[in-house]
Parts: sequence; structure tokens; C-alpha cells
Amino acid sequence: MRKAPRTAFRTAPRTAFRTAPRLAAAVAALTLLLAGCSGDSGDDDGKITLQFQSLAWQKESVDANKALVEEWNATHPDVKVEYIQGSWDSVHDQLLTSFEGGEAPDIIHDASDDLADFAYGGYLADIGDLLPERLKADIPQRSWETATFDGKVYGVPFLQEPRVLIANAKWLKKSGVRIPTPEKPWSWPEFRKITKELGDGTDGKYGVAWPLKEPVSATLNLSLSTGGQMFHRGADGKVDVRFDAPDQVMPRTVHDQVNVDKSASGTTLGMGGSDTLPGFFGGKYAMVPLGFSYRQQIVQQAPKGFEWQVLPAPAGEGGLAQGVSPQTLSVSEDSAHKKEAAEFIDFFLQPDNMVKLARGDWMLPTGEEALKDPALRTEKNGWSSGTALSKELRPAPAQSVRGYPEWKDKVATPALQEYYSGAIDLDELEKRLVKDGNLVLARYQR
Amino acid sequence: MMRTNKSARAAQYVALAAYLVFLAFPFLWLISTAFKPAQELGSLHPTWIPKDPTLDNFRQAFDEQPLLRAAGNSLIAALSAALIAVVIATPMAYVMARHRNRVAKAATGWVVISQAFPFVLIIIPLFLILKNLHLINSLLGLIMVYVVWSLPFALWMLVGYVRAVPTELEEAAAVDGASKVRTFVSVVAPLLAPGIVATAMFAFITAWNEFFFALVLLKTPEKQTLPVILNRFIGTEGVADLGPLAAAAFLATIPSLVIFAIIQKRITGGMLAGAVKA
Repeated sequence: MRKAPRTAFRTAPRTAFRTAPRLAAAVAALTLLLAGCSGDSGDDDGKITLQFQSLAWQKESVDANKALVEEWNATHPDVKVEYIQGSWDSVHDQLLTSFEGGEAPDIIHDASDDLADFAYGGYLADIGDLLPERLKADIPQRSWETATFDGKVYGVPFLQEPRVLIANAKWLKKSGVRIPTPEKPWSWPEFRKITKELGDGTDGKYGVAWPLKEPVSATLNLSLSTGGQMFHRGADGKVDVRFDAPDQVMPRTVHDQVNVDKSASGTTLGMGGSDTLPGFFGGKYAMVPLGFSYRQQIVQQAPKGFEWQVLPAPAGEGGLAQGVSPQTLSVSEDSAHKKEAAEFIDFFLQPDNMVKLARGDWMLPTGEEALKDPALRTEKNGWSSGTALSKELRPAPAQSVRGYPEWKDKVATPALQEYYSGAIDLDELEKRLVKDGNLVLARYQR
Repeated sequence: MMRTNKSARAAQYVALAAYLVFLAFPFLWLISTAFKPAQELGSLHPTWIPKDPTLDNFRQAFDEQPLLRAAGNSLIAALSAALIAVVIATPMAYVMARHRNRVAKAATGWVVISQAFPFVLIIIPLFLILKNLHLINSLLGLIMVYVVWSLPFALWMLVGYVRAVPTELEEAAAVDGASKVRTFVSVVAPLLAPGIVATAMFAFITAWNEFFFALVLLKTPEKQTLPVILNRFIGTEGVADLGPLAAAAFLATIPSLVIFAIIQKRITGGMLAGAVKA
């Protein structure tokens, strides 16, 4: 038998026994602490409480949302709305979990392209019959289509964002090129020719910077202007992908700007919109195609004296048409107070309130009354240029297509990224989008 | 030979310095961004030192979001999770390390497998369980999740520390007449202190940084933790309110740094220092 070494045992107990009461005290304190962390208790006063999860994130927008909720609560003592802050970055997973757990908010703020899965999954209420005629008539049918599936209305579209060209005004003026207007926009070939005139990269200056980190929605939505729609629904209701001539105009223009004319910077293809702004402010790019709401960042970050303007995106045979996925308000199927939730939505989207929400998010309202507001017609910060495009906005082509997220992530995103960077040609792009894409969609349509 | 050694050592220092710069870069850039005005954030030629440093980003971050309350919630959740995890894991690890039977082997295997489960796989059943316990929108529920989530790895870490404690020390304690419990409390546990501290640190940082569980389980702003609140500075298509986000993120790193600075000596202090008499 080995002889055990002498240890520090005889001195250790003093420390250990001093520590033990401290540990016990810590555990007791923790228990008390946790006792104060328990969950919510429900209302016992018989009043209705609706939970409204908002995704507003810019300060003006959050303020507008909260102010409207307060106004509702002040005027509707029996139906209290509780404001819950959500975030765009993670809303799908968070809502899915809440739906599955039966704990979803009553009123849900989301985007129309996220609604299809929830609607088909039975998580959202059909609110078509609960909404007042005023609201139904105020929002045009083309917007309602973004939130209507199988003839049922699963959300109220209320804010939308066209893609526009944000241009360096001095650069354009100095170059002498024709400045496009919503009435007389550039065609896609003209746009290509003008970007080449504005800069071909020889002195580090480019006519345009395409931020195409997420190339699919930009490509699909802008291709509507040339009549492209890529997704075609057959008589049997099944959807297949095609990549016909109208679908190819926009992608070919971008490809050729980057790889043939060198009028578009290749380095911005992997960037998000915000990433291109320093180069835009620094005079590297004459124009950047961006969402309308990026104007807020430009106002905040542009150096003093920097002059910019909002131009319509190029037009094709379909005019200035482009796809959008409006922000929506929906009602949870599990909500015990759908009627009251719809009443709150009606209040929330009164024309004056829609204007406040639109200004807060730097977007366009869907409501036609709100669009008439002078605050959204001013030339300052390009509001009028964007408002003029509102009639041209259509449902994004893919938003009701089941399997679109997988097609987008696994097939279209890498294929378009490679095509735009010049790594593959148009034939290979078509093969991947169509052949590989239809294999993906087929799994969802059996 | 000597020259070769010196060259090798110099190369090691260069590699170490490069690694430290690589590690420090995001943090230093975060600090720099937090103090830059909006115009400098949009500059084509960004500088390390802000030309016109400002506290506006911090003011805006505090104005727009309840950072202090969120930090308090995070602190409660992370400290509680760390404390509970080590209290549970320490005796478990001792048993798993010292009793190498089938149960211990199966438990070790389960610990390894459990680390492979993705969040999305477990979140819905977890959500339903917590709902039945009325622990949705509750810090207590979140703490329970954090404890369960960090426990396997904590166990794994501590088993290694326990195995490094010579069994001769326990045999000597037994010779001196100590019971199993007394031996564990008075001999093994003090020697495990650096390991316990390191494990607690791991559990704390895991809980402090955790986002998805907190997002899904906590609804009301009064209960939400710092990562959930930080996420509010990010909008559609990943557009971020960069200045306030950097300011808030910088503040969010401070507790971890402070705690790490306080306890790092205990981690590096040497496990068995003074354990065996000369």
C-alpha cells in the first residue's frame, strides 16, 4: 500500500468552514433574488389587454408608435394595448416560437414576405371581415395582394419602400447627363450608358455602386420594371422558375457595368447599403441604388455641403414598376380579442397616424389619404420623388411562393453573386436558377 | 544553437503580438466608433482616433433604450446562472471523475452529445415547458435555461480539474479520518477553486452574451437583457444605428472585463499551489 503524503488537510478546514456559511448566505440571497423575478400576473380587473409587438427601431419611429399606443390607451379605457418591442433581425424565429408555444402577441408587426409561412401554418387570423371599409378602401388593391393568401387577408400593409437611385447632385450636374424624373425615367440601356459616362473606374471613380450583399430581392424586385417575374404559377397552382428575356435585363446590366464597362465598382457587390455610403460621400461613386429609407442615414452622416438627390430606378417595358414587401400588421389566430385588435389597427392606421409612422421610418405609407399629406410631398430629402413612385409598387414576385427562402439562400444568392462578379456566365446562371431552383420548389409543392 | 533559440523566441513574440493585435482590433475599433460623430462614421478614410470625439452616441443610446435596467437584468441572470451552475456541477463532476463506471461514462457521453443540439431544436419544447411552469417572461425561467445550457460544458471543464487533483490527497485525508463529504468539502473543493472560478466565468460570459433564449422568453422591456436591447439598434436589412450601437456594445463589454480582471489571478494562480507539504 502506497503511503499517502501528508496534506494541508489540517489547515484547510478553517478556510472551508468559513466559506460554507458564506456560500449558504449567497444561495439564500439568490433564492430571495429569484423570488422577485417571477413572471407576469394577468389582469384581474376584467379589462382587455392586447399585446402589440412593434418592430419600429429608429427613434422617431419608436416614438411615433409609443405615442399612438398611449393615445389609444387614453381614449379606450376598457381595451389596453401593451407595447412590446421586437426586432427585425430575429422576428421570424421569435414569432415562430411564440406561435408554437401559444404565447404570440395579439397584434403583430412584420413584413409581408414573412407572412406566407405563418398564414399557411394557421398562426394568423383572417382579418378581412374585421377591418372597416374605410381602411380597406384607403389601401390600394395592389398593396392588399401582398398580404392576401388563398383569398384571405392575413395582414394590413401600411409602409413600403421603393428602391431609388441616390445620386451625387453636383457630380450629375457637372457631367451634363439628363436627369431622370418619375415621368421620364432612364431606360436600362440609358442607365448603363450614363453610368459609363459618369465614371469607368480609371481614376477610382465609378458611375454606380451596387450594394448586392443580398442580391435576390433587389434583382427580382427591380426586374418587374422590364416585365420579369421569374416565378410563374400554372393552372394547377404550382409555381416554376423561369429566366426569360425580361428577367435578364437587370442582371445583365449590372453584370456588364461591373465586368465590361467597369462603371460599377466590383468591391461593393458584397456590401450592404450602409457600407457604400462612405465611398458615396467620399466621391467614389456617382450613384448608389438604395432603399428609400436610407435617406435618413444620408441626412445624418453626409458631410456638410454634400448635395444629393433621389432619382427613380431605371424603367423598362413595365415602366417604373418594382416589387416591394410592405410592413404589415396582423392578428394572431390565438388572440381571444381579434375584433378589438382589428379596431386598434384601424386606429393605428388612420391617415394622420400613417403619416407619422411613414415619417418616422422614412418610408412611404400605403394609404392613399396619407400619401396626399404635404409632409410627404415636399422636395426636401427627396420625399416627393419617392411619393411619385408609390403607384408603381407591386407585390414582390416571390413572397407567396412556398420554398422561396430555401431557393433564395441555397440557389439564387450564390448564383447571382457569382454572376455579378463575373465568375459565371448567363447560361450557367440560368441553369442554376431554373434547374436547381425548380428541384427545390418541387419539394414544397408535392 | 543559441542564435536559433533567440530567433525562435523572437518569432514567437512576433506571432503573439500579431495575435494580440488581431484579437484587440474589434474591441479597439468598437471604442473608436463609440466616440465618433455621425459624419465621421460615414467617412471614406476612417481614423483610429476620432477627429471630433463626442459623447452623443452614449447619450443617444441611453435616451433610446433602457440600457441600465437591461444591464441589471443581464447581471442577475448571468451571476445567478454561473453560481447555480458551479454549485450543481462541482459535486457532479467529482462523482463523474472519481467513479468510472458505466453510469459515469454514459453521463460523460450525454454531456458531449448535448452540446451538439442546436438552439432551434430545443427552443420550442423548452418554451412549452416554461409556459406550463408560468415562467415565460420571467428572469427565473431564463436563469433555469442558462443553468441547463451551461451545465454540460461546466461539468466537462470541472471533470478535468477534478482528475488533476491527486487521489493521494484524498487517501491522506481518509487516513486522517475524514469522511467522503468532509474530504470533498475540505480537501478537493479548495483545490478546485481555480477551476470553479474558470467554470463560473465561462457560465457567466455564456449567459451574459446569450441572445436567442432571452429574445424568445422575455417579452416586456422591464425583463429584457442587454443583448436583446442591443439588437434594437439593428433595423431592416441589417441596417444599424452604428454610433449608439457601438456605444452600448462598449458599455456591455465592461462588466465582463471587470469580472475577468478581478478573478484572473485565481484562474492563473496554480491549482495545487501549497497543497502538498514539503
